[in-house]
Amino acid sequence: MRKRIYSVLVENRSGVLGKVAGLFARRCFNIDSLTVGETDDPEISCMTIVSSGDERTIEQIEKQLNKKLDVIKVKTFDETQSVSRELMLVKVRHNKGNRREITEICEILRAEIVDMSKHFMMIQICDTPERTKLLLTMLQSISIAEVARTGTLALAKCSENDD
Amino acid sequence: MIGADAIIKCLEEEGVKYVFGYPGVAICPFYNSILQSEIQTILIRTEQNAAHAASGMARLTGRPGVCAVTSGPGATNVITGIATAFADSIPLVCITGQVHTDLLGSDSFQEADITGAVESFVKYSYLVKNVADIPRIFREAFHIANTGRRGPVLIDIPINIQNAPISKFQYPAEVNMRTYKPTVKGHAVQIKKVIRELERAKRPIICVGGGVLLSEARDDLREFVEKYRIPVVSTMMGISVMPTEHPLYFGMVGNHGKACANRAMNESDLLIMAGARVADRAVSQPDLITRDKVLVHIDVDPAEIGKNAGPTIPLVGDVKHIFQDFAREEFNCEHEEWLQTLEEYRRTLVVMRSPNPAYVDPAAFITRLSEKMDPDGVYVADVGQNQIWSCSYHIVKEGRFLTSGGMGTMGYSIPAAMGAKLADKRRQVIAVCGDGSFQMSMMELATMRQYDIPVKIIVLKNGYLGMVREYQHYTYKDHYSVVDLSGSPMLDKIAAAYDMRYQLLENMGRVEEVLDTFLGDDKSVLLECLVDPMDLVK
Repeated sequence: MRKRIYSVLVENRSGVLGKVAGLFARRCFNIDSLTVGETDDPEISCMTIVSSGDERTIEQIEKQLNKKLDVIKVKTFDETQSVSRELMLVKVRHNKGNRREITEICEILRAEIVDMSKHFMMIQICDTPERTKLLLTMLQSISIAEVARTGTLALAKCSENDD
Repeated sequence: MIGADAIIKCLEEEGVKYVFGYPGVAICPFYNSILQSEIQTILIRTEQNAAHAASGMARLTGRPGVCAVTSGPGATNVITGIATAFADSIPLVCITGQVHTDLLGSDSFQEADITGAVESFVKYSYLVKNVADIPRIFREAFHIANTGRRGPVLIDIPINIQNAPISKFQYPAEVNMRTYKPTVKGHAVQIKKVIRELERAKRPIICVGGGVLLSEARDDLREFVEKYRIPVVSTMMGISVMPTEHPLYFGMVGNHGKACANRAMNESDLLIMAGARVADRAVSQPDLITRDKVLVHIDVDPAEIGKNAGPTIPLVGDVKHIFQDFAREEFNCEHEEWLQTLEEYRRTLVVMRSPNPAYVDPAAFITRLSEKMDPDGVYVADVGQNQIWSCSYHIVKEGRFLTSGGMGTMGYSIPAAMGAKLADKRRQVIAVCGDGSFQMSMMELATMRQYDIPVKIIVLKNGYLGMVREYQHYTYKDHYSVVDLSGSPMLDKIAAAYDMRYQLLENMGRVEEVLDTFLGDDKSVLLECLVDPMDLVK
């Protein structure tokens, strides 16, 4: 099993997300994460899909994506060939006893406290998927109330033959 | 002019002659506008068969078949027909009526999310939300359906869009889609590589699939294999690429195929799959065809290449273009010894059948029927034991063999035969089905009668869902479950009810006489053949 990132430019039309997600379900391809958003061109959206599988599956995913008539372009790369980021918001319960620990974890992992109430605190991290996951693991021993994650966003590393 | 008029103009621009369908309120503007056109409408008796009939027509004309049905149940009923066409890459344009755009998403009467429901069975689909888009969408739909890997396209049109005024109609001369540019021409380097392999090969073989027929490459392929004396086998969908009795043709491969064809494929040192998917029924062990041999895979759909078997030389492109490019290369190859071996395999082929003389032997019957058919006749096989017997014993001359290969949809033969007959009325069209598959499309006898479509129908009657019974015979040791068809109607009375001629063949005794009468004119006939209920295809 290998992890693979697909950066897919699609027509920004209704139903396209469903078609792409349906393709993965129908052909039994994994989706580790899927994020979608408009690009600089409002007619084009970019989907970042993280998937995994053997060589043949990884190749099939790319070919099947290319077959979809709403797909404009598929770029595919490994994690090492890309810059990838994930944004996560975590709400934790805090009290006198754990507050220091929470702030220390945030400091070490360069996470930010973005909101706070008497009993709750919201932490934001925007980092590589591994470090995001690490923060989550660290906070699990405290008391997590809610989590929201964007899933991985990625672009291939800059190179001189970019189009 | 309203949207519905524009749709009809689009169909006229595309040269459409027939529309198969079933009306309902949501498609009524369309069926009202079509009255002003020369396009003929055929009221099919259930929507699924509209798609099958359009499929039969498409396979004979090489142009997308068209069907038009209403929203809700009309649209959902047509899905099996669309899926059948999709599995065999048959070009269709299917128009569905839809509820008013204001009601979309409110679960209103006869509303179904058909574009959503059909997504995995279409090449593409549209939900028309603006009447001005109609010309572009239809132009694109016909283009998508009939280029690259062929397939069905669905256009869902809300009733208010059909009724909306359209200020000016202009049919686009060109299609401009940034996301759709199928590769037609094969890569020159890959073509050279294949030629090198053909020069080197001692035991080459070409396995042809439905793609050869879809790209109309039959003559190009035949010329090429005849020039270099390369043996050919076929998948089920590739039957009728080569005449059955051609000296270079060794039959259909697969678990229901000919032993000599399978042996030829397995023992080859160069296997060229041309317009064939390497699907499980044709190649049950894809590992076998990649081991010890060079595998060349030619397909217009890049996703098919490497999906089931990793080829040595992938070659993306339209089969016709590729064989035309092959023909431009001059090379030498020598494999007479291999041909002699294959000829020996064919000659020593053991047929294990021991037919019961009290009944019609489907094998002998189908062979005799083929011999008596017009050379360019169209043979439409249904699904079940009848399909396997047809594949094994029908002798193709210059005609066509149509069947539902990928999806294996029962009831395909009668509507598809109707479509084929309307496509070319001079040709003899024969539908061969079992008593199970016949009853799935029996209602279309009314359509045949209403529009005078003289299809000849043969029912191989054994009182069972024979293919399933055979499976239960082997797998469950004759523990039969839900395969007994004993409630079936008396076919002579069915024929009489539809004002159709009826013939009965009880055993092989009168086969000559019965077939001569059956084929003697251009009228529709229902021929019932009594087959041993316990007969097996294997």
